[in-house]
Amino acid sequence: MSLHVDAGQPTRTPIPPSRRRAHPRSGRSFLTWLDLKAAPYLLISPYYLLFLAFGLFPLGFTLYYSFFDYDLTGTVEWTGLGNYTAMLGDASFWKAVVNTLAMFVIATVPQILLALLLANALNKRMKAQLFVRMGVLLPLVTSVVAVAVVFTQLYGRDWGVINWILSWFGVDPIDWKAERVPSWIAIATMVDWRWTGYNAIIFLAGMQTIPKDLYEAASIDGASRRRQFWQITIPMLRPTMIFVVLNSTIGGLTLFSEPTTFYNGNVHGGTDSQFQTVSMFVFEQGFREFDYGYASAAAWLLFLLILIGSAINFLLIRRIGGNK
Amino acid sequence: MTKLILAITIVISAFPLYYMIVIASRTNTEATDMPPPLLPGGKLGENIRSVLANPDAHYLTGLTNSLIVAATVTVSVVVISTLAGFAFARLNFKGGKILLLLVLLTMMVPLQQMGIVPLYRLMVNLEWVGSIKAVILPYLLNGFGVFLMTQYTEQAVPNELVEAARVDGASTLRIWWNVILPAVRPGMGVLGINTFMLNWNEFMWPLIVLTPDNPTVQVAINSLNAKYGTDYVLIFSGTLMSILPLIVVFIAFGRQIIGGLMEGAVKA
Repeated sequence: MSLHVDAGQPTRTPIPPSRRRAHPRSGRSFLTWLDLKAAPYLLISPYYLLFLAFGLFPLGFTLYYSFFDYDLTGTVEWTGLGNYTAMLGDASFWKAVVNTLAMFVIATVPQILLALLLANALNKRMKAQLFVRMGVLLPLVTSVVAVAVVFTQLYGRDWGVINWILSWFGVDPIDWKAERVPSWIAIATMVDWRWTGYNAIIFLAGMQTIPKDLYEAASIDGASRRRQFWQITIPMLRPTMIFVVLNSTIGGLTLFSEPTTFYNGNVHGGTDSQFQTVSMFVFEQGFREFDYGYASAAAWLLFLLILIGSAINFLLIRRIGGNK
Repeated sequence: MTKLILAITIVISAFPLYYMIVIASRTNTEATDMPPPLLPGGKLGENIRSVLANPDAHYLTGLTNSLIVAATVTVSVVVISTLAGFAFARLNFKGGKILLLLVLLTMMVPLQQMGIVPLYRLMVNLEWVGSIKAVILPYLLNGFGVFLMTQYTEQAVPNELVEAARVDGASTLRIWWNVILPAVRPGMGVLGINTFMLNWNEFMWPLIVLTPDNPTVQVAINSLNAKYGTDYVLIFSGTLMSILPLIVVFIAFGRQIIGGLMEGAVKA
């Protein structure tokens, strides 16, 4: 696509600014003045009105609700921080936190490493470049629910392809859904299947902004390819890395669709909540137990978790290659 | 080595999709065979018909609803973002920098998940529960779109062009229509494709606010999954049909999607 710009009007000779200012303040120039001053706000107002209605307002009300106790009969009572203190002693909430963090780590660490490896492979001259990149990105265009449906089948206990493959190596069938750690692994692979290629493409974009002469200079100094990768590519990728890791943190800590579909659309996360995430916990409290206050408090704690997670990861990435 | 890595990646990427076709074109007895079937069978047409006829899934309604929702959201987000992007990139106004920063900050907050309870109660009060209006409106809010179009406008439209049009006496809206829009069309395309795909896949909010008899396609699949958990061919045929529109979009616009992703990533 070209960037041909068509102003739509024949160009007239510009009026020198001095003469323009000399015009008396007519109605027309008032309109021009108003247009200059007010139009920018008019242009951004649709976004900000939506932001107020569907962003800020719900966010504030979530906080407000979290101070009240709702029960099924419809009575609403002020409890102050009661929901929060109750939740800190609620084993099922902490179980959801542990599940979420565990799945996040199991999914993200291999994902970032694989994405780096893959991006490095993509960052070479090759035939059919577009085809290869599209192949890598293919999982992203598949809907999450579809992915989860397929993987749930692949991880089936009795007829699943994965247990079948494992049986070649003498591994007994694993009940992926019923056991805690296997269920985490199964869900983490769904996440990774979907996002590794995407992150690789993002890393590739970052790699292509690294000046070529850095590598040339390193080659002259006799640095091996591997050394160049760790000493040049990784430190130079830091901004991209921050983008990828923060994205994965937000996505990973709000994980919902994969584990829900893994348990046939039930937000309880397995018979014993062994793979219930915090998002599913919020959903269950709010829309299965109808305890709006408790659900709202959980949503705020989830947000806190995301903030802490993002801050830790941000500091971690800043240290990588930062003092080299 | 490089070729091997890429080849394995592509096989792994494509396998679940291929497997979807395999199961969707088989019978349930074949789907639960040991070893599992690895080649497509001949039952695809029949299975698709049984999905469409299923009384619990309301599959066609779901497909139509998803199309309407995703298309409406896409057009609105693109227009809203292009308007705001123009203002942030090429107009000077008080508070512009701070307002743009606010957009960036909100991109970091999972607003839809955080505000889920009040949003639901809002929909109850508006009596929109069960209507696709409820899944359209909250998604018109898209900070990423504003950010992307601000970046794109800065790069695609030289300041002098806006100044020249101004000197010619064009109003701000006229400049947007005649100068900005033609120049940022490629950026609008990338944003549009992304928005469409993301919206098509949305699951949590539609699951809360819609009813099974008026679903989006993801909710329809969920109904199948919940009610007919062991009827694999039925569920797989449903999921296969739900991703076809995305695959078509992806194949048609693959170059633009990848280009847009890579550009967006470097600037962020």
